[in-house]
Amino acid sequence: MMNPANQTQFIDQGLASDPTNRLPVTLTINGQAYPLQLESRVALLDALRENLHLTGTKKGCDHGQCGGCTVHIDGQSALACLTLAVMSEGKAITTIEGLAQGETLHPLQAAFIRHDALQCGYCTPGQLMAASAWLSGQPPRTAAEIQEAMSGNLCRCAAYPNILAAILEAQGA
Amino acid sequence: MHPFQYQRATSTAQAVAAVAPEPGATFIAGGTSHLDLMKEDVHRPSRLVDISLLPLKQITALAGGLRLGAGVSNTAAAAHPEIQRRYPVVSEALLTGASTQIRNAATLGGNPLQRTRCPYFRDPAQPCNKRAPGSGCAALGGINRGHALFGASDACVAIHPSDLAVALAALDAVVQTTGPRGPRAIPFPELHRLPGATPQVDTTLAHGELITAIDLPAFAGRSHYLKVRDRASYAFALVSCAVALEMDGEHVRRARLALGGVAHKPWRLPAAEALLVGEKPSEKLFRAAADAAFADARPLEHNAYKIPLGRNLLVQALLETSGLQALAGPAGTAFAASVGGLAGTFPAPY
Ligand SMILES: Cc1cc2nc3c(=O)[nH]c(=O)nc-3n(C[C@H](O)[C@H](O)[C@H](O)COP(=O)(O)OP(=O)(O)OC[C@H]3O[C@@H](n4cnc5c(N)ncnc54)[C@H](O)[C@@H]3O)c2cc1C
Ligand code: FES
Ligand code: FES
Repeated sequence: MMNPANQTQFIDQGLASDPTNRLPVTLTINGQAYPLQLESRVALLDALRENLHLTGTKKGCDHGQCGGCTVHIDGQSALACLTLAVMSEGKAITTIEGLAQGETLHPLQAAFIRHDALQCGYCTPGQLMAASAWLSGQPPRTAAEIQEAMSGNLCRCAAYPNILAAILEAQGA
Repeated sequence: MHPFQYQRATSTAQAVAAVAPEPGATFIAGGTSHLDLMKEDVHRPSRLVDISLLPLKQITALAGGLRLGAGVSNTAAAAHPEIQRRYPVVSEALLTGASTQIRNAATLGGNPLQRTRCPYFRDPAQPCNKRAPGSGCAALGGINRGHALFGASDACVAIHPSDLAVALAALDAVVQTTGPRGPRAIPFPELHRLPGATPQVDTTLAHGELITAIDLPAFAGRSHYLKVRDRASYAFALVSCAVALEMDGEHVRRARLALGGVAHKPWRLPAAEALLVGEKPSEKLFRAAADAAFADARPLEHNAYKIPLGRNLLVQALLETSGLQALAGPAGTAFAASVGGLAGTFPAPY
């Protein structure tokens, strides 16, 4: 989980790209600052996967339709494919690589394993990031509320019943 | 995606000054509509002016109503206690839209300005007068199951996809803007336009005109949103309906009705509204209003199903708003506003 102490960072309010459309962009990911030179058109998803080799965040559709690219931005779930990297500067980004604490799995990850909440596993990072964004510090949700809150995460293998069971268990933990 | 200059706005005035003089420049807020279309090469801005850091994220009291900053997220607005309590039609419309992740990024200024989901508009290989003026309309003779019943033209039969916009039209919300010619206030029903011969123009905003806030006028009645989709959640409306009802004892004092998914803009229903005034709510009355509402519908080859669907939806929305029938879920939630099944009707496994 994100360490709030690392979140403050200078944001150049009047930042503008040079004629080649490149910009200096510092991304704060899983508590660590990554200074990059990026073209303005680079999506956060591509910066994570191509520039930083954090390939746990998945590209399913690249158009906001599958939830595979879900990360946390300032603690809320967000789609990395519909976010420009440069617009994420100064924000605390958490990816699936930052969900476990060292060797200790996040309770939701452990519950996914217990409930066999995946088949191919491609949607799993997105499912975990989507649910973990609201799992802690909230009153438990009903199965129906969980399904509605998770409707932005598609699973082609249809592991839905197991995903729901895992989340139901993890929110009680 | 085509390359573009990126610039972070430091103030609303500076944002307007950066966009107004450059025809290819645009604002970007949450980016969930604009970036999607940029990836499809449908939008090719020369410059993006990032308004996401501007201080437009407040919800404040205003002459009996509420002022919603244009940068407030759909999530924050839907969860706001005063919106939930006084304008459930707004939170219901927001919460039936998109997904948790998209609502977290989407803004109240950007949502009504999202472009149509017409598949021909989104595909640069197809003719589309909205994307490439003069190229023709592939939807007219194509698959037009999702297209307009009202106010369309020979040039364009697209619909406006926003749920929020339908609720705002029914509440007669007011759009506050600042632009190259200074500030102005636009009644929400006048924000969007019909396609006519220039479907490339969605709204009455000038180039470089920035929405700063949306005002919800004082409202003491009941309001409600109902949406029908192809699947239980995370889908655009086939038809949707917003109702704002004010009563004098047992009789309707004022009714405002708007349909979504049927026109190039949220479609207000003046004939049906007039029919309700002074009357006592009943299913018979609501059926008559629904008949009046769809009297001038002009279906295309594949969308005539929207007429009975829309009529029944309007009756249902009126029955629920007036209290003659119970809501399908708690007021202000997606569960109240989803028709034909909703996420969660699937039986829990264990
Ligand atoms: C898979 C998917 C499903 C969706 N489902 C739904 C749904 O069911 N219902 C629904 O209503 N929506 C739905 N949406 C659309 C989504 O809600 C909108 O994309 C979002 O609300 C747009 O807000 P934004 O802040 O991201 O706008 P942006 O993408 O940043 O901007 C959209 C447009 O508005 C302009 N703009 C933004 N802010 C301002 C401002 N303050 N002043 C002037 N111009 C401005 C931009 O220049 C741009 O042209 C869906 C989107 C996706 C990707
Ligand atoms: S890759 Fe982002 S939602 Fe599918
Ligand atoms: S486990 Fe295969 S897509 Fe979900």
